Amino acid sequence: MIRLQAVCKNYGTLEAVKNLEFTVDEGELCCLIGPSGCGKSTALKMINRMVEPTSGTITVGGRDIRKMVPDQLRRGIGYVIQSIGLFPHMTVKDNILVVPRLLKWEEGKAAARATELLELFELPPAQFSEKYPGELSGGQAQRVGVARALAADPKILLMDEPFGALDPINREHLQNQFLAIQRELKKTIVFVTHDIDEAVRLGSKVALLKQGRLIQYATPEQLLSSPADGFVKKFVGLDRALKRLSRLSTRDFLRPAAAVTMTISPEELGRQFRQLEESQCARYLWVIDENRRLLGWIDAANGGGMSLEEGLVEFDETEMTVKENYSLKHALSMFVQQGVVCLPVIDEQRLLRGEIRLADVLQS
Amino acid sequence: MRNLSSQIVLLAVTAPLFIVLASWGGVWELLLSPVLPDLQQYLYPRFGIWQLVWQHLVMVFVSSLLSIVVGVGLGMLVTRRFGRDFLPALNGLASIGQTFPPVAVLALAVPVLGFGAGPTIAALFLYGLLPIVRNTISGLESVGPEVREAATGMGMSEMQTLWRVEMPLSFPVIMAGVKTSVIINIGTATIGATIGAGGLGAPIVTGLASDNTAYILQGSVIAALFAIIVDTLLEMAEHLFACRR
Repeated sequence: MIRLQAVCKNYGTLEAVKNLEFTVDEGELCCLIGPSGCGKSTALKMINRMVEPTSGTITVGGRDIRKMVPDQLRRGIGYVIQSIGLFPHMTVKDNILVVPRLLKWEEGKAAARATELLELFELPPAQFSEKYPGELSGGQAQRVGVARALAADPKILLMDEPFGALDPINREHLQNQFLAIQRELKKTIVFVTHDIDEAVRLGSKVALLKQGRLIQYATPEQLLSSPADGFVKKFVGLDRALKRLSRLSTRDFLRPAAAVTMTISPEELGRQFRQLEESQCARYLWVIDENRRLLGWIDAANGGGMSLEEGLVEFDETEMTVKENYSLKHALSMFVQQGVVCLPVIDEQRLLRGEIRLADVLQS
Repeated sequence: MRNLSSQIVLLAVTAPLFIVLASWGGVWELLLSPVLPDLQQYLYPRFGIWQLVWQHLVMVFVSSLLSIVVGVGLGMLVTRRFGRDFLPALNGLASIGQTFPPVAVLALAVPVLGFGAGPTIAALFLYGLLPIVRNTISGLESVGPEVREAATGMGMSEMQTLWRVEMPLSFPVIMAGVKTSVIINIGTATIGATIGAGGLGAPIVTGLASDNTAYILQGSVIAALFAIIVDTLLEMAEHLFACRR
């Protein structure tokens, strides 16, 4: 979708970008990352011709961008900048509709689009569409900024540190929201950031730049598991194993769990326990009700002769369970905190989905 | 900027006063005869006050309109990429224009344009240019670079950026320049009477020559009221166009 070939940019004698080559496939979210002054923003801005390359070729959707009219090219590419740049004299709605109006959309269709986008970003249209940017919080303004970039439904999105100016809580919230939206919309995105955690979390590819050169271009997993050199190793940090975990979710390690219902007979219970011992991986049986709702667990060690009612241990769902969409980092911290080797995985209705084992995580 | 209600109050006081003083000549004699008992004439005889107001209005209107068109246009031009080289030159020129006394401009205009309203309008135009040029430039320059970047990045052409983003954002600053310019022009236009341009300066000049304080008061009081009313109207117009921010 986006292809850079031998792209260079010089400012006088300063070489901001040197011989940059990479390809971003359709639907991919490529994070450009590196220390400040590494040329990542310059690289991004060359894609929509905000900056003209000194040499090299950039193609978007197979077309050489030098052969396109800059304004036309830009109208087809969503653009989000760190300082947001909402127009202070326009309402939220008018801000969102800048590009659709430049493209001369019919007003009814445009208005419907604004409403749709505001809903997508959890900004109730009735409350927000007539507000002015000065009346928004930083997080709200940035969401409007992203909504504005998506307004004309471009295939490509360029984002220059879009969440960089937000506080950590807002940033994480927006990242999650953005990821969920991206999973649905599957835009081709180039995303500049200086935050390795953000890159690892959001990116499907990460391009690490240093002094205008591409050092490594890989999936976040590859970047973390096999850094190309000492610089990459240092840049991704010593906790890179932990960072990898933040990319994985408990879903990736979900395995079917042995569970029994309250109506089980003592003989059957005994048989189940023996089976568990044979497979020698766990000593727990999850206890569920007839709807698969998790009630608690029963421990094989003291469960042998007991009836189910006596052996059942109930527990607090926030402390002893994980949900499918939790990051593995979160699950791991739960393992450590509770000192257990196995956790039940439940969904929003507390229905048992399976279990996750510490051993599996450590093996990965 | 004063708020809308105080503008309305101000207008409600000045406008009737202006109309009474301009329409009813007798009121001048009534008010001034106790203070200035030895005058033979209390009312400027050559033109009616409304006629003088009209002449004044035409001069101010034409010159201000020219100043706005040329001033805003020049301001836009030198803040574009291609015109940026002329920015310091224009700023310098406009400043020099302002240091010139209007009488000198009139004196210089007479040999070229002759007597009457023409040279006066030319002088007022040049004189009113500076505040407009300067405010247009500073208004356009005050539009944040991030707003410009967003506009360009979204695919607005230079012209679209100018008209849809930069102009609306700098409107209040430009409007302040226009107001200053028009108010200065209303006062300065009285000097036009020295070269036969008529207007509210005529009774002042005649009054000074013939030692008639009533004439001087007529010209100056009406001109002052005129300036206050125009200023208030411009502010009200600004309120109408200004946006919530």
